[in-house]
Amino acid sequence: MSKSAATRPRPLSPHLFIYKPIPTMVMSIVHRITGASLYFGILLVAAWLLAAATSEAWFNTVSAIYGSWLGLLVLFGFTWSLVHHMLGGVRHFVMDLGLGLDKHFSTKVAALMPVVSIALTVLLWVVGFMARGA
Amino acid sequence: MTDFRTPLSRVRGLGAAREGTGHFWYQRVTAAANIPLILFFVGLIIALSDASFADVRATLANPFITVLLVLAVISVTYHMKLGMQMIIEDYVHDEFLKIVSLMLNIFYTLIVGAVCIFALLKIAFGG
Repeated sequence: MSKSAATRPRPLSPHLFIYKPIPTMVMSIVHRITGASLYFGILLVAAWLLAAATSEAWFNTVSAIYGSWLGLLVLFGFTWSLVHHMLGGVRHFVMDLGLGLDKHFSTKVAALMPVVSIALTVLLWVVGFMARGA
Repeated sequence: MTDFRTPLSRVRGLGAAREGTGHFWYQRVTAAANIPLILFFVGLIIALSDASFADVRATLANPFITVLLVLAVISVTYHMKLGMQMIIEDYVHDEFLKIVSLMLNIFYTLIVGAVCIFALLKIAFGG
């Protein structure tokens, strides 16, 4: 006897993993991931501000941690998340206006996103280190 | 109390959640505000990257800078609340877990915002 409709698992619509990843889809997911990492990354900013408000000893401790190679690596990732999420946000604003939605154009723009975000992040860090030297 | 509005006028443009496009709209408003505020913050961090404790405090105590950073914290933490709420609503299907997560999201973003603003004001007022 076949199972009744109530106990048989209901059919689900195909989800993300069934599709071939394409640039627009991947960038949509990366926008979420970078947003979520910024959500927790802001703790780095909060800790820095709190240390600056507390004492010189705390400020120096936080500065030393952030200045270590691991700290710099995390801050670099934080910067990239911020740059990528902001670029993605601008892209969403353009799409909200109904512009750039053409299939081939939007795919090209999405494919360019990681290139531009990584280049801008590197540029920011180069400027940052140059500012230190000056 | 008598309500003279028709049922249609009360729900028009609001939908079942009673806030209409409020979530979408505030996500966009805070996103737009975040762009200049975060650009300012990034520039400030680059300028302060090897500054001493005293220099950092003197810079952060500048009223112009304090106000911009407090505004940035408000806009960013509200944007965070809206974004994480959307992620939770999309992926957490268990009703109890969803409500707890939504609550924790509000607590977390408010606490982060409060800590940042308190620190900024403490520095600004020279405490």
